[in-house]
Amino acid sequence: MANYLNQLLFGYYPYVALSVFLLGSLIRFDRDQYSWRSGSSQMLRRRQLVWGSNLFHVGILLLLAGHVVGLLTPHAVYTALGLTEGAKQMLAIIAGGVFGVVCFIGMTMLLYRRLFDPRIRNTGSAMDTTILLLLYAQLILGLATLPISLQHSDGSTMVILAEWAQRIVTFRGGAAELLIDAPWIFKAHILGGLTVFLLFPFSRLVHIWSAPVWYLGRKGYQIVRTR
Amino acid sequence: MKVRAQIAMVLNLDKCIGCHTCSVTCKNVWTSREGMEYAWFNNVETKPGIGYPKDYENQERWKGGWERTSDGRLRPRMGGKPAVLAKIFANPHLPEIDDYYEPFTFDYRTLHTAGDAKTPPTARPRSLISGERMEKIQGGPNWEEILGGEFAKRGRDVNFEGVQKEIYGAFENTFMMYLPRLCEHCLNPTCVAACPSGAIYKRAEDGVVLIDQEKCRGWRMCVSACPYKKIYYNWRTGKSEKCILCYPRLEVGQPTVCSETCVGRIRYLGVMLYDADRIGEAASIEAETDLYESQLDIFLDPDDPEVIAAARAEGVPEAWLEAARRSPVYRMAVDWRVAFPLHPEFRTLPMVWYVPPLSPIQQAAELGAIERDGAIPDVASLRIPVKYLANLLTAGAEAPVVAALRKLLAMRAFMRGRTVDGAGDPAVLSAVGLTEGEVEAMYHLMAIANYEDRFVIPTTHREQADDAFDLRGGCGFSWGKGCSTGTTDMGLFGGRKPPVTPQGAKDT
Repeated sequence: MANYLNQLLFGYYPYVALSVFLLGSLIRFDRDQYSWRSGSSQMLRRRQLVWGSNLFHVGILLLLAGHVVGLLTPHAVYTALGLTEGAKQMLAIIAGGVFGVVCFIGMTMLLYRRLFDPRIRNTGSAMDTTILLLLYAQLILGLATLPISLQHSDGSTMVILAEWAQRIVTFRGGAAELLIDAPWIFKAHILGGLTVFLLFPFSRLVHIWSAPVWYLGRKGYQIVRTR
Repeated sequence: MKVRAQIAMVLNLDKCIGCHTCSVTCKNVWTSREGMEYAWFNNVETKPGIGYPKDYENQERWKGGWERTSDGRLRPRMGGKPAVLAKIFANPHLPEIDDYYEPFTFDYRTLHTAGDAKTPPTARPRSLISGERMEKIQGGPNWEEILGGEFAKRGRDVNFEGVQKEIYGAFENTFMMYLPRLCEHCLNPTCVAACPSGAIYKRAEDGVVLIDQEKCRGWRMCVSACPYKKIYYNWRTGKSEKCILCYPRLEVGQPTVCSETCVGRIRYLGVMLYDADRIGEAASIEAETDLYESQLDIFLDPDDPEVIAAARAEGVPEAWLEAARRSPVYRMAVDWRVAFPLHPEFRTLPMVWYVPPLSPIQQAAELGAIERDGAIPDVASLRIPVKYLANLLTAGAEAPVVAALRKLLAMRAFMRGRTVDGAGDPAVLSAVGLTEGEVEAMYHLMAIANYEDRFVIPTTHREQADDAFDLRGGCGFSWGKGCSTGTTDMGLFGGRKPPVTPQGAKDT
């Protein structure tokens, strides 16, 4: 039974979540761009947002980048660079710790505002709150893994987690078995992360797809729609 | 020369009575929806005052419009592209809803349900944002109506720069005017420039500036970038919205709702031809006081055969060229020079222009010590300080405003002479450089103001803007899901979904 559950949650659920994430985003973009927006509430209440939003975004973007690089870079690359597993883990702990705390401060402000400011509470949607609470739980779980990682500094758990992620995205079997003995806190963090992907296309998170980096490349400033 | 055409507007402030019909009709048509309660595509302000949203003209504070860099180039005042993107998580220059006003409704149902009482029941205000009781309404769209509030607050109006404003705080010296405002549909719009998504664009065929509601992602940079604060963030949809110059009406040759319903007949709509190649040059001229003239310079004479040929080459339809020749806007802005842009110092080259208002002669003049400049009263003796109007309309250059006011005074004096004494005094006209024919034309357009003279709007050739064949059998205005609304009245199991609650209903 434990094996079955393990296979379901870490072998199959990732594909369900990622399929919904990709297809859901595509369909929503195709069918309902009118609802595709960042959903800023800054205009309704500036207080706590300027600091909160900046800290949250900077923190979470760097955490996301760290996860992508850390989980998906093949182990051989680190070996070639001469980075030992222990050193890589220490790097992840320090970077993750710093940006985790930055993100935590920002998200605490945003969450407080969303739950207790009458303007934001009344105008926001249930999904806004759900996503924020989920991300908050994820962040706390992620930060809570740091003491565990510090206890075994050889980086073995980290290597297993990376191997799991790489097997999932490259459609190789045997991913779920790797996690069967992993500490529960990592498992919970992974499940939460997959759920973020699952809910992504139904929430305001879709604005991440539209990060307007192309703006920097716009020639001149003006846009004229010619006939 | 790259000729483009634009529907431009002139508002004759001399005739504005501040009735707000334009605002109300506009509101009823376009913004009477949740998320846009606080937004007025058109509003009428009483000047002097800080306006709506509060203090919007103060670009030191809001960073709207453009600034000229030391090397003579233009950059949005809020910063270049990297600086704009750096503000994307939280925009430090974004107005809060309280800078407009917190929209409210009243507990009307209490009036029906209150029991027996010695005093009549009251409908108390309630916020449309938080749904909570508002003990005191702190602001509204027209909070300074007819000089409401103390002068200390209204006196923060930035147009007082260079004016000894203290004396205008005294009751005997006070002055006021109305200023109806809408999107300026600028030639060099900062909102377009600052939109990271590229959702805002200017239509080449008629100059209307629009926000693509599908492409807008709610980064809200346009709200700060617009120095007139005429882009509104819809807090419900998370998209920005703005005045659309009633383009569905314009396209079929009808005036905008605000113009159509203006009871004072102060609004004029007409075609202006301009040289799109020289927009940058005109907007980046060094001295702010030259901006009015530099914008005039890029307007093209619709009777010039060279301009006509170039316009045809650019595909401007014949009907538009004909309309440009009959344009009331061109008459007032270029021929007579009695209309001016609002705050040209923002460098956006706005296309809604204003005829400055005349005002009563100061008390001294009435007592017989009238300052006369030849046959007409001296504009310096008018109640509204010329400097104030110049700060509003020409970035502080007084000469053009004085010339316009003198023309308006001369027109009055001449036509009064003709009506009362049987003949107008030609000396009045020669003093301001007008001919009798010109004054008659001015009088006809500005005083009589017939409908067909005020609105010379050619229909849009949709077939040249879109492939019209695809429009045949189309579904008209929709929410971007083809002919489907994307919603259904039926729930998953066949039951009817509850109707969407109308605005404000939940709180009563």
